[in-house]
Amino acid sequence: MPNRVDAAMPLLAIENVAVNYGAVRALKGVSLELFSGEVIALLGTNGAGKSTLLRAISGLIRPSGGGIRFAGKAINLAPPLEIVRLGIAHCPEGRRVFGGLTVADNLRLGAATRKDSAGIRHDQERMAELFPILRQRWRQTANTMSGGEQQLLALARALMSSPRLLLLDEPTLGVAPLLSREIFKSLAALKRQGTTMLVVEQNMALALDLADRAYVLRTGEVVLSGSAGELRNDDRVAQAYLGGRG
Amino acid sequence: MTLTEYIIQQIINALSLGSLYALVALGLSLIFGILRMTNFAHGDVMMIGAFATGLLSAAGVPLAIGLPTGIIAAAAAGLVIERVAYRPLRGAPDVTLLLTSLAVTYVIENLGILIFTASPRNFPIPGWLDLSFDFADGRVTVTAITALTLLLTLLSLIALGWFVSRTTAGLGMRAVAEDRIAAHLVGLNVNRLIAGAFGLASAFAGLAGVLWAAQAGVVDPQMGFTPLLKAFVASIIGGLGSTTGALLGGFLLGILEVFIVAFLPPEVGPYRDAIVFSLLIVFLLVRPAGLLNANREIKL
Repeated sequence: MPNRVDAAMPLLAIENVAVNYGAVRALKGVSLELFSGEVIALLGTNGAGKSTLLRAISGLIRPSGGGIRFAGKAINLAPPLEIVRLGIAHCPEGRRVFGGLTVADNLRLGAATRKDSAGIRHDQERMAELFPILRQRWRQTANTMSGGEQQLLALARALMSSPRLLLLDEPTLGVAPLLSREIFKSLAALKRQGTTMLVVEQNMALALDLADRAYVLRTGEVVLSGSAGELRNDDRVAQAYLGGRG
Repeated sequence: MTLTEYIIQQIINALSLGSLYALVALGLSLIFGILRMTNFAHGDVMMIGAFATGLLSAAGVPLAIGLPTGIIAAAAAGLVIERVAYRPLRGAPDVTLLLTSLAVTYVIENLGILIFTASPRNFPIPGWLDLSFDFADGRVTVTAITALTLLLTLLSLIALGWFVSRTTAGLGMRAVAEDRIAAHLVGLNVNRLIAGAFGLASAFAGLAGVLWAAQAGVVDPQMGFTPLLKAFVASIIGGLGSTTGALLGGFLLGILEVFIVAFLPPEVGPYRDAIVFSLLIVFLLVRPAGLLNANREIKL
């Protein structure tokens, strides 16, 4: 549950953010609020701008307009390093684990911005408990693991920075259905522990089961938003998917 | 002299030459792994290290101070080159970086010629480096400079191995080389790690430069060209971007060159480089990605 102070002020406030890739307008003024303890799903087809929004939040790309505030601080001009330090972890699309490095070393680098070596070791241990498969693969290089296992590693690596906000981009992309459900069970467990998340997910049913609220993006704009319960039964969500890039 | 002793002697010579190629190739490979660029200025960094030590030696400074100074001078040169010439081009096409590194080479070499002239100058070494140790009644000889080369190469490799597998900075450099976006996302200081890798690679070049000059007895502003070319070949043989491959390639090249001269008829000796490069072409036809390729998509 969000506490009272945070309930008054959003943890993440995105206001009218625009992003251009050359002549392509990937985001045309997106606004979104996320409160501490909340899980929000970002829905929409490929090319709707979901990943672009996450990249703008984590500082990989600089918005051409609008503002992003995290815990009251403007971050739209901050470099990724600074944003991780402030408490945002971005688990990217396609996992992007460090394939030549061991599971243990991937986790160690997930804590690159932290200085408390005892705390880092403690959290490595916590990840091994949360995802037992990682303990089994501890000294193996990440590229020897299956896609689903790598996804869990990517998630654990993101958690190693002790984030106040976790950005997840397509955590089940290319993962077998059974494992997808496992991953979402882990996410539900994280939610119960109070982790705030912004999740991009193609699987609408999984996403809306996890999320408190959702935003539907279409060609760089928010076309719909509301509680997960409302959106689950809203035909317009399905239309936004079927409607393509129109 | 028996054949066995002759072979042992040639192996020692080959390892000594291979060490130098390996040290330079290692640096090229570290930089290639991170920036996807062959740093042609690497040979000039080597020259800067050798000049720093050589000038100090000529002024009577002992090698125990001159050698570390040469290594530091090379590392500093590498850091400056990265900061001034390469960092502003981050995000530019790979070929832009490649051309820039050629430009840097010209600038450094011509500055060197301007200041020191193009003619070789003496690289004084202390008397103890000229000593040699005889084995098997003098049929196998190890000079002090050879022993020092082998020892320092071995120590550097052990230190590097420890650094990249045990320290956060070393792991971070590997992470940047593998996936720069992901490195940004976990909060690594990517610019600092790239600079660090340059400093490290350049320090290795500095060490190689001093050892090279100590063996040759002379330094000149263009001395870096040949070792750079050889190290480039070594890193291609090993697989561009693979540090282990660079080491293997360096030693393999050293062995090849020494053995061509040692075991083929004397008339063939002058064609050593031609033979080596022909073999390289054949090798690339068979294994275009090198012995151990870290990046399979990179082919020459």
